[in-house]
Amino acid sequence: MTEFGHYLASQLLAGIQTTVILFVGCALVGNLLAIPVALARLSARPWLRYPAVAFILAFRGTPLLVQLYLCYFGVGQLLAGVPSIRYSPLWPMLRGAYCYAFLTLSLNTAAYCGEIWRGAIQAIPDGQREAGQSLGLSKTRIMISVLLPQAFRLALPAIGGQNILLLKGTALASTITVFELMGAANLVRAQTFRVYEPLFAAALGYFLLASLVTAGFGFFERRLARRY
Amino acid sequence: MDSMVFWLTLLGFGDKGWGDELLRGAWLSLEISISAYVVGLALGLAGALAKLSKRRTAVFVAVAYTTIIRSIPDILIIFLIYYTATDALRSAVTFTGLASEFQINGFVAATLSLGIVQGGYSTEVLRGAIAAIPRGQAEAAHALGLTRRQTFFLVTLPQMIPLALPGLGNLWLVVLKESSLVSLIGFTELVLAGKMAAGATRDYFLFYCAIAFVFLVMSGLSAMLFHALETSTANPGRRR
Repeated sequence: MTEFGHYLASQLLAGIQTTVILFVGCALVGNLLAIPVALARLSARPWLRYPAVAFILAFRGTPLLVQLYLCYFGVGQLLAGVPSIRYSPLWPMLRGAYCYAFLTLSLNTAAYCGEIWRGAIQAIPDGQREAGQSLGLSKTRIMISVLLPQAFRLALPAIGGQNILLLKGTALASTITVFELMGAANLVRAQTFRVYEPLFAAALGYFLLASLVTAGFGFFERRLARRY
Repeated sequence: MDSMVFWLTLLGFGDKGWGDELLRGAWLSLEISISAYVVGLALGLAGALAKLSKRRTAVFVAVAYTTIIRSIPDILIIFLIYYTATDALRSAVTFTGLASEFQINGFVAATLSLGIVQGGYSTEVLRGAIAAIPRGQAEAAHALGLTRRQTFFLVTLPQMIPLALPGLGNLWLVVLKESSLVSLIGFTELVLAGKMAAGATRDYFLFYCAIAFVFLVMSGLSAMLFHALETSTANPGRRR
C-alpha cells in the first residue's frame, strides 16, 4: 500500500469508530425515548399531549443540519454566557461538539420514531384494548402487555428505516466538527487535495455499516414474525 | 426590552437587518427544492418503471441505484455528484475547446445532486403506487387496443396519482429539509445566508432559531397544502 493509502486507511478507521459509537449511542437513547414520546402524544391529558406535539413538530419540521447548528452554535453560545456553567468542571465536556451531536441526533430519532410508534399503537384494533379491559387489566397493564408488543411488530420495519436514516444523519455531525467517518474523509481531502479516494472510501464504509444495520433489523423482523 | 428591539432590528429589513438576505435565501431554498423535486420525480418514474420491467439489466440498475442512495449519507452523495459532475463537465468543455475556464452554475450543480438523491426515494414511492393498480386495468386497456405508452399515460398514471399523493407529500417535505445540505457545497440558500448573518453578528442562537422557524413555517404550510390535495383528489368511491 502506498503512503497515501496508509494515511487514508488510518484516518478512516479512526473516523468509523466514532461513527459507530455515535450511531449506537443515539440509536439506544433515541429509540428508548420514542416510546414515552408516543405515549405522551397519545395521552388524553393536554399538559402531556401538547408538549409532545410541539416536540415532534419542531424536530420533524426542520432540517437536521439546522438542528445541529442551533444546538451547537446557538445553545453552546448561550451556555458559554452563563458564568456558573462556563467555569464549572463540566465545561470541557460541554465545549466539545460531541455531546451536542449526541443530544441532537438522539432527540431527532426520538421524534421520528415516536411518530412511528404512535401510528403503530393506533393501528391496533380496538378489540384488543377492550379484551384487556374485560379481563380486568389496568390501563398500564393493557399498554405494556397488550398494545406495545403488537405495536412493536407493526413498527419494526419503519423503525429499521429510521435507524438507517440516523446512521446517515451521523454524517452531518462532521459539520459541527465531530471527527467521524465523513469528517475523516473531509480531513484527508483537505490535506492531500485528492477528492475521489477519500469520498469513495467513506461511501464504502457507510454502505457496509448500513448493510449491517439492515441485516440486523431483517434478522430481528424474521425472528419476531416466526413466533406468531 | 432593549435586546428585543435589537433582535428585531437584526431580523428586520434594510441596512442594519438581515431580513432581506434571509428572505432571499428562503426563496432560493424553495426554488432549489422545487427543481430538485421535479428532477427527482422524473428519475423516480424512470426508476419505478425500470424496477417493474421485465428486463434484467434495467431491474439491476434500478435496484443498485436505490440501494446506494438509501445506504450512503445524502451529504456524501451530494459531494460526490457535485465534484464528479463539475469535473466531467469541465473536462468535456475544455476538450471540445468551447472555453478554457469553465465554472458550473451553482444552482444547476445543487439541483442535480439533490435531484439524484431525491430520485432514489421517489423510485420506491412511485413503484409502490404503480404496483398497487390492479393488473386488470392494464389488461383492459390492452384489450381496447391501446399501446403500452397510451396505457401508461392514460390509464396507469391518472390512477396512481391519488395513491402516490401521501408519499409524494412526504417526499416534498424531505426535499425541502434536505435542500439545507446544499449550503455545504457553497450554495447560498437559507441556511448559508443565516450562517453568514450569524457569523457576522455573532448572534448564533437568534439566527439559527430564525432559520428553523422559517423551515417550520414552510413545511407546515406544505403539509397543509398536501393534506388539502389528498382530500380533494381522494377517490369518492373508496371508503377511507
